[in-house]
Amino acid sequence: MTERAVTARAVVDLLGLLLLFGCARPVPPPPAPVATPTRDDLVVLLPDQDGKTGALSVTHAGTERVLDTPRAAARITEEGRIVTGIATPEEVQQAFGAALAAQPPRPVSFLLYFLEGKDELTPESQAVLQRVFAELARRPSPEIVVIGHTDRVGTVPFNDALSLRRARKVRDDLVKLGIPADRIEVAGRGEREPLVPTDDEVAEPQNRRVEISVR
Amino acid sequence: MAGRWRRALLLFASGVTAGFFLAVLLVHPARAQDVGQIKVSKGAVSIERSGQKLPATVGAKVQPGDVVKTGGDGSVGILFVDASLLSAGPNSVLAIDKFVFDSTTNQGAFESTLTKGTLSAVSGKIAKQSPDAMKVKTPAAVLGVRGTEFAVRAIGPGD
Repeated sequence: MTERAVTARAVVDLLGLLLLFGCARPVPPPPAPVATPTRDDLVVLLPDQDGKTGALSVTHAGTERVLDTPRAAARITEEGRIVTGIATPEEVQQAFGAALAAQPPRPVSFLLYFLEGKDELTPESQAVLQRVFAELARRPSPEIVVIGHTDRVGTVPFNDALSLRRARKVRDDLVKLGIPADRIEVAGRGEREPLVPTDDEVAEPQNRRVEISVR
Repeated sequence: MAGRWRRALLLFASGVTAGFFLAVLLVHPARAQDVGQIKVSKGAVSIERSGQKLPATVGAKVQPGDVVKTGGDGSVGILFVDASLLSAGPNSVLAIDKFVFDSTTNQGAFESTLTKGTLSAVSGKIAKQSPDAMKVKTPAAVLGVRGTEFAVRAIGPGD
Protein backbone atom coordinates (compact mmCIF):
# COMPACT_ATOMS: atom_id res chain seq x y z
CA MET A 1 0.00 0.00 0.00
CA THR A 2 1.27 3.44 -0.85
CA GLU A 3 1.23 6.15 1.72
CA ARG A 4 -1.51 7.89 -0.26
CA ALA A 5 -3.67 4.73 -0.34
CA VAL A 6 -3.25 4.35 3.41
CA THR A 7 -4.37 7.92 3.97
CA ALA A 8 -7.36 7.44 1.64
CA ARG A 9 -8.24 4.21 3.49
CA ALA A 10 -8.00 6.01 6.83
CA VAL A 11 -10.33 8.73 5.57
CA VAL A 12 -12.84 6.13 4.39
CA ASP A 13 -12.65 4.34 7.76
CA LEU A 14 -13.11 7.62 9.58
CA LEU A 15 -16.14 8.46 7.43
CA GLY A 16 -17.58 5.00 8.07
CA LEU A 17 -17.05 5.47 11.80
CA LEU A 18 -18.68 8.87 11.68
CA LEU A 19 -21.63 7.43 9.78
CA LEU A 20 -21.92 4.57 12.25
CA PHE A 21 -21.63 6.97 15.15
CA GLY A 22 -24.17 9.27 13.51
CA CYS A 23 -26.63 6.43 12.91
CA ALA A 24 -26.37 5.05 16.41
CA ARG A 25 -27.58 8.32 17.90
CA PRO A 26 -31.10 9.72 17.60
CA VAL A 27 -31.39 12.14 14.72
CA PRO A 28 -31.35 15.66 16.17
CA PRO A 29 -34.32 17.86 15.22
CA PRO A 30 -33.68 20.17 12.28
CA PRO A 31 -32.13 23.33 13.70
CA ALA A 32 -34.00 25.72 11.36
CA PRO A 33 -36.99 27.02 13.36
CA VAL A 34 -39.93 26.37 11.04
CA ALA A 35 -42.43 28.54 12.86
CA THR A 36 -40.33 31.62 13.45
CA PRO A 37 -41.29 34.01 10.64
CA THR A 38 -44.43 35.16 12.44
CA ARG A 39 -45.82 36.90 9.34
CA ASP A 40 -46.63 33.60 7.63
CA ASP A 41 -49.60 31.24 7.89
CA LEU A 42 -48.66 28.23 9.95
CA VAL A 43 -50.12 24.78 10.65
CA VAL A 44 -48.75 22.45 13.34
CA LEU A 45 -49.92 18.89 14.04
CA LEU A 46 -49.90 18.26 17.79
CA PRO A 47 -49.65 14.99 19.73
CA ASP A 48 -52.96 13.80 21.22
CA GLN A 49 -53.47 13.67 24.98
CA ASP A 50 -52.90 9.90 24.88
CA GLY A 51 -49.51 10.44 23.21
CA LYS A 52 -50.55 9.35 19.71
CA THR A 53 -50.38 11.67 16.72
CA GLY A 54 -52.98 11.81 13.93
CA ALA A 55 -52.57 13.29 10.46
CA LEU A 56 -53.49 16.44 8.62
CA SER A 57 -53.33 17.35 4.93
CA VAL A 58 -52.41 20.91 4.04
CA THR A 59 -53.33 22.04 0.53
CA HIS A 60 -52.14 25.34 -0.88
CA ALA A 61 -52.38 26.35 -4.54
CA GLY A 62 -52.82 22.75 -5.69
CA THR A 63 -49.92 21.37 -3.62
CA GLU A 64 -50.75 18.95 -0.82
CA ARG A 65 -48.49 18.09 2.11
CA VAL A 66 -49.40 15.55 4.76
CA LEU A 67 -48.30 16.16 8.34
CA ASP A 68 -48.20 12.98 10.41
CA THR A 69 -45.47 13.28 13.03
CA PRO A 70 -45.55 15.12 16.38
CA ARG A 71 -45.26 18.90 15.87
CA ALA A 72 -44.84 18.48 12.10
CA ALA A 73 -45.39 21.97 10.73
CA ALA A 74 -46.20 23.59 7.40
CA ARG A 75 -45.58 27.29 6.90
CA ILE A 76 -46.93 29.11 3.88
CA THR A 77 -44.58 31.94 2.99
CA GLU A 78 -45.68 35.31 1.65
CA GLU A 79 -44.27 34.22 -1.72
CA GLY A 80 -46.68 31.27 -1.64
CA ARG A 81 -44.30 28.39 -0.91
CA ILE A 82 -45.02 25.63 1.62
CA VAL A 83 -42.08 25.05 3.98
CA THR A 84 -42.29 21.96 6.20
CA GLY A 85 -40.34 21.02 9.30
CA ILE A 86 -40.74 20.23 12.97
CA ALA A 87 -41.79 22.99 15.34
CA THR A 88 -40.28 23.08 18.82
CA PRO A 89 -42.57 23.00 21.88
CA GLU A 90 -41.45 26.59 22.55
CA GLU A 91 -42.51 27.70 19.07
CA VAL A 92 -45.91 26.01 19.55
CA GLN A 93 -46.36 27.77 22.89
CA GLN A 94 -45.29 31.12 21.48
CA ALA A 95 -47.55 30.92 18.43
CA PHE A 96 -50.59 29.20 19.97
CA GLY A 97 -50.32 29.61 23.76
CA ALA A 98 -53.46 31.73 24.14
CA ALA A 99 -55.58 29.52 21.84
CA LEU A 100 -54.40 26.33 23.58
CA ALA A 101 -55.13 27.84 27.01
CA ALA A 102 -58.73 28.50 25.91
CA GLN A 103 -59.47 24.82 25.13
CA PRO A 104 -62.55 23.63 27.03
CA PRO A 105 -62.21 20.51 29.19
CA ARG A 106 -62.54 17.31 27.12
CA PRO A 107 -65.77 15.30 27.47
CA VAL A 108 -65.51 12.29 29.76
CA SER A 109 -67.66 9.15 29.63
CA PHE A 110 -69.17 7.00 32.36
CA LEU A 111 -71.07 3.74 32.02
CA LEU A 112 -74.22 3.35 34.10
CA TYR A 113 -76.12 0.14 34.71
CA PHE A 114 -79.61 0.00 36.18
CA LEU A 115 -81.17 -2.81 38.18
CA GLU A 116 -83.22 -5.04 35.92
CA GLY A 117 -86.78 -3.76 35.58
CA LYS A 118 -86.25 -0.89 38.02
CA ASP A 119 -85.50 2.82 38.00
CA GLU A 120 -82.74 2.08 40.43
CA LEU A 121 -79.01 2.13 39.80
CA THR A 122 -76.83 -0.82 40.71
CA PRO A 123 -74.71 -0.12 43.85
CA GLU A 124 -71.60 0.25 41.66
CA SER A 125 -73.38 2.76 39.46
CA GLN A 126 -74.48 4.77 42.53
CA ALA A 127 -70.79 5.43 43.14
CA VAL A 128 -70.27 6.25 39.44
CA LEU A 129 -73.16 8.70 39.65
CA GLN A 130 -71.36 10.60 42.43
CA ARG A 131 -68.44 11.00 40.02
CA VAL A 132 -70.84 12.21 37.32
CA PHE A 133 -72.14 14.90 39.70
CA ALA A 134 -68.58 15.90 40.69
CA GLU A 135 -67.65 16.14 37.00
CA LEU A 136 -70.72 18.29 36.28
CA ALA A 137 -69.83 20.62 39.16
CA ARG A 138 -66.33 21.36 37.92
CA ARG A 139 -67.30 22.15 34.32
CA PRO A 140 -68.30 25.47 32.75
CA SER A 141 -71.92 25.30 31.52
CA PRO A 142 -72.03 21.50 31.82
CA GLU A 143 -74.10 19.22 29.59
CA ILE A 144 -74.75 15.51 29.39
CA VAL A 145 -75.19 13.34 26.32
CA VAL A 146 -76.79 9.99 27.13
CA ILE A 147 -75.74 7.50 24.45
CA GLY A 148 -77.50 4.16 24.21
CA HIS A 149 -75.85 1.04 22.79
CA THR A 150 -77.08 -2.48 22.01
CA ASP A 151 -75.59 -5.87 21.26
CA ARG A 152 -75.90 -7.33 17.75
CA VAL A 153 -79.06 -9.37 18.27
CA GLY A 154 -81.75 -7.94 15.96
CA THR A 155 -81.66 -5.74 12.88
CA VAL A 156 -79.77 -2.47 12.65
CA PRO A 157 -82.97 -0.32 12.55
CA PHE A 158 -84.41 -2.27 15.52
CA ASN A 159 -81.24 -1.70 17.53
CA ASP A 160 -81.10 1.99 16.56
CA ALA A 161 -84.58 2.42 18.02
CA LEU A 162 -83.82 0.25 21.06
CA SER A 163 -80.61 2.14 21.89
CA LEU A 164 -82.51 5.43 21.71
CA ARG A 165 -85.23 4.05 24.02
CA ARG A 166 -82.55 3.01 26.51
CA ALA A 167 -80.94 6.44 26.35
CA ARG A 168 -84.30 8.19 26.91
CA LYS A 169 -85.02 5.93 29.85
CA VAL A 170 -81.71 6.87 31.47
CA ARG A 171 -82.28 10.54 30.68
CA ASP A 172 -85.60 10.38 32.53
CA ASP A 173 -83.87 8.68 35.44
CA LEU A 174 -81.19 11.37 35.54
CA VAL A 175 -83.87 14.07 35.52
CA LYS A 176 -85.50 12.36 38.52
CA LEU A 177 -82.10 12.46 40.22
CA GLY A 178 -82.06 16.24 39.88
CA ILE A 179 -80.22 17.02 36.63
CA PRO A 180 -82.07 19.71 34.62
CA ALA A 181 -83.71 18.17 31.53
CA ASP A 182 -82.50 20.98 29.23
CA ARG A 183 -78.91 19.97 30.01
CA ILE A 184 -79.38 16.44 28.70
CA GLU A 185 -79.33 15.29 25.07
CA VAL A 186 -79.90 11.70 23.97
CA ALA A 187 -78.36 9.65 21.18
CA GLY A 188 -78.71 6.02 20.10
CA ARG A 189 -75.73 4.37 18.42
CA GLY A 190 -77.48 1.03 18.00
CA GLU A 191 -75.06 -1.86 17.52
CA ARG A 192 -72.39 0.26 15.83
CA GLU A 193 -70.04 0.74 18.77
CA PRO A 194 -69.76 -2.52 20.71
CA LEU A 195 -67.64 -2.58 23.85
CA VAL A 196 -66.93 -6.26 23.11
CA PRO A 197 -66.76 -6.96 19.35
CA THR A 198 -68.92 -9.97 18.38
CA ASP A 199 -70.39 -11.62 15.28
CA ASP A 200 -73.88 -10.57 14.23
CA GLU A 201 -76.79 -11.99 16.29
CA VAL A 202 -74.58 -12.70 19.32
CA ALA A 203 -76.06 -11.71 22.70
CA GLU A 204 -73.49 -9.78 24.77
CA PRO A 205 -74.64 -8.13 28.04
CA GLN A 206 -71.60 -5.82 28.13
CA ASN A 207 -72.70 -4.23 24.86
CA ARG A 208 -76.20 -3.49 26.19
CA ARG A 209 -75.12 -0.35 27.97
CA VAL A 210 -75.78 3.33 28.32
CA GLU A 211 -72.92 5.78 28.20
CA ILE A 212 -73.06 9.14 29.95
CA SER A 213 -70.84 11.72 28.30
CA VAL A 214 -70.26 14.71 30.57
CA ARG A 215 -69.09 17.70 28.57
CA MET B 1 -126.66 15.22 14.11
CA ALA B 2 -124.77 17.93 12.25
CA GLY B 3 -123.43 19.21 15.61
CA ARG B 4 -122.13 15.78 16.52
CA TRP B 5 -120.38 15.47 13.14
CA ARG B 6 -118.88 18.89 13.54
CA ARG B 7 -117.62 17.94 16.99
CA ALA B 8 -116.16 14.70 15.66
CA LEU B 9 -114.48 16.56 12.80
CA LEU B 10 -113.09 19.12 15.24
CA LEU B 11 -111.77 16.35 17.47
CA PHE B 12 -110.22 14.65 14.47
CA ALA B 13 -108.68 17.90 13.23
CA SER B 14 -107.23 18.76 16.62
CA GLY B 15 -105.86 15.22 16.90
CA VAL B 16 -104.19 15.54 13.52
CA THR B 17 -102.80 18.95 14.49
CA ALA B 18 -101.47 17.64 17.80
CA GLY B 19 -99.99 14.64 16.01
CA PHE B 20 -98.37 16.91 13.47
CA PHE B 21 -96.80 19.09 16.15
CA LEU B 22 -95.64 16.01 18.03
CA ALA B 23 -94.07 14.67 14.83
CA VAL B 24 -92.36 18.02 14.23
CA LEU B 25 -91.06 17.98 17.80
CA LEU B 26 -89.76 14.45 17.36
CA VAL B 27 -88.14 15.10 14.00
CA HIS B 28 -86.83 18.56 14.88
CA PRO B 29 -85.98 18.70 18.55
CA ALA B 30 -85.75 22.20 19.95
CA ARG B 31 -82.39 23.89 19.40
CA ALA B 32 -81.69 21.73 16.34
CA GLN B 33 -79.60 24.57 14.94
CA ASP B 34 -77.34 24.64 17.99
CA VAL B 35 -74.23 22.70 17.09
CA GLY B 36 -71.87 23.84 19.81
CA GLN B 37 -71.54 25.76 23.00
CA ILE B 38 -69.11 28.39 24.26
CA LYS B 39 -67.30 26.85 27.22
CA VAL B 40 -64.46 29.33 27.67
CA SER B 41 -64.70 33.08 27.05
CA LYS B 42 -62.03 35.60 28.08
CA GLY B 43 -61.86 39.31 27.25
CA ALA B 44 -63.72 40.62 24.20
CA VAL B 45 -65.53 37.82 22.34
CA SER B 46 -68.61 38.07 20.13
CA ILE B 47 -70.75 35.93 17.85
CA GLU B 48 -72.04 37.45 14.62
CA ARG B 49 -75.25 35.83 13.40
CA SER B 50 -77.24 37.13 10.40
CA GLY B 51 -75.94 40.66 10.84
CA GLN B 52 -76.45 40.71 14.60
CA LYS B 53 -73.68 40.85 17.18
CA LEU B 54 -74.36 38.55 20.14
CA PRO B 55 -72.39 38.25 23.37
CA ALA B 56 -70.29 35.07 23.44
CA THR B 57 -70.57 34.33 27.13
CA VAL B 58 -70.03 30.87 28.62
CA GLY B 59 -73.10 28.79 27.77
CA ALA B 60 -73.94 30.70 24.55
CA LYS B 61 -74.90 28.39 21.67
CA VAL B 62 -73.09 28.31 18.33
CA GLN B 63 -74.90 27.68 15.03
CA PRO B 64 -73.78 27.05 11.45
CA GLY B 65 -73.14 30.40 9.75
CA ASP B 66 -71.93 32.05 12.94
CA VAL B 67 -68.72 34.07 12.92
CA VAL B 68 -66.88 34.10 16.24
CA LYS B 69 -64.55 37.07 16.82
CA THR B 70 -62.05 37.80 19.56
CA GLY B 71 -60.48 41.15 20.45
CA GLY B 72 -56.87 41.93 21.36
CA ASP B 73 -57.40 40.55 24.89
CA GLY B 74 -59.89 37.84 23.88
CA SER B 75 -59.88 34.07 23.61
CA VAL B 76 -62.70 31.58 23.23
CA GLY B 77 -63.25 27.83 23.51
CA ILE B 78 -66.14 26.02 21.78
CA LEU B 79 -67.25 22.41 22.25
CA PHE B 80 -69.30 20.97 19.38
CA VAL B 81 -71.97 18.26 19.61
CA ASP B 82 -69.70 15.66 17.97
CA ALA B 83 -67.10 16.42 20.69
CA SER B 84 -64.93 18.42 18.29
CA LEU B 85 -63.29 21.32 20.03
CA LEU B 86 -62.10 24.62 18.60
CA SER B 87 -60.43 27.39 20.57
CA ALA B 88 -59.17 30.72 19.26
CA GLY B 89 -56.59 33.18 20.58
CA PRO B 90 -56.67 37.01 20.41
CA ASN B 91 -57.60 38.99 17.25
CA SER B 92 -59.17 35.98 15.59
CA VAL B 93 -62.07 35.60 13.15
CA LEU B 94 -63.50 32.08 12.99
CA ALA B 95 -66.50 31.20 10.78
CA ILE B 96 -68.53 28.03 11.29
CA ASP B 97 -69.37 27.41 7.62
CA LYS B 98 -71.04 24.03 7.87
CA PHE B 99 -71.86 21.54 10.59
CA VAL B 100 -73.94 18.40 10.03
CA PHE B 101 -73.85 15.50 12.47
CA ASP B 102 -75.89 12.29 12.79
CA SER B 103 -75.49 11.07 16.37
CA THR B 104 -76.58 7.54 15.38
CA THR B 105 -74.08 6.93 12.57
CA ASN B 106 -71.54 9.63 13.58
CA GLN B 107 -71.53 10.71 9.94
CA GLY B 108 -71.41 14.38 9.12
CA ALA B 109 -69.43 17.31 7.82
CA PHE B 110 -67.69 20.12 9.66
CA GLU B 111 -66.16 23.05 7.83
CA SER B 112 -64.81 26.20 9.37
CA THR B 113 -62.66 29.12 8.23
CA LEU B 114 -60.03 30.94 10.21
CA THR B 115 -59.84 34.28 8.39
CA LYS B 116 -57.22 35.58 10.78
CA GLY B 117 -55.72 34.84 14.16
CA THR B 118 -54.89 31.57 15.88
CA LEU B 119 -56.88 28.40 16.34
CA SER B 120 -56.31 25.16 18.19
CA ALA B 121 -58.46 22.18 17.27
CA VAL B 122 -59.25 18.69 18.47
CA SER B 123 -61.33 16.69 16.01
CA GLY B 124 -64.33 14.70 17.21
CA LYS B 125 -66.66 11.95 16.08
CA ILE B 126 -67.25 13.35 12.56
CA ALA B 127 -63.55 13.15 11.60
CA LYS B 128 -63.16 9.81 13.38
CA GLN B 129 -66.02 8.30 11.39
CA SER B 130 -65.07 9.83 8.02
CA PRO B 131 -61.54 11.13 7.52
CA ASP B 132 -61.54 14.43 5.61
CA ALA B 133 -65.19 15.15 6.59
CA MET B 134 -63.70 17.88 8.78
CA LYS B 135 -61.99 20.76 7.04
CA VAL B 136 -60.45 23.96 8.28
CA LYS B 137 -59.76 26.71 5.76
CA THR B 138 -57.52 29.73 5.98
CA PRO B 139 -57.13 32.43 3.30
CA ALA B 140 -54.05 30.50 2.09
CA ALA B 141 -54.77 26.82 2.70
CA VAL B 142 -57.31 24.04 3.16
CA LEU B 143 -56.66 21.50 5.93
CA GLY B 144 -58.10 18.00 5.70
CA VAL B 145 -58.38 16.60 9.22
CA ARG B 146 -57.58 12.90 9.67
CA GLY B 147 -57.28 13.35 13.45
CA THR B 148 -56.92 14.75 15.88
CA GLU B 149 -55.06 17.73 17.39
CA PHE B 150 -53.52 20.65 15.57
CA ALA B 151 -53.06 24.40 15.60
CA VAL B 152 -53.39 26.98 12.83
CA ARG B 153 -52.26 30.58 12.43
CA ALA B 154 -53.70 32.77 9.67
CA ILE B 155 -52.35 36.16 8.78
CA GLY B 156 -55.33 38.23 7.69
CA PRO B 157 -55.19 40.68 4.80
CA GLY B 158 -55.31 43.67 7.15
CA ASP B 159 -52.70 42.37 9.62
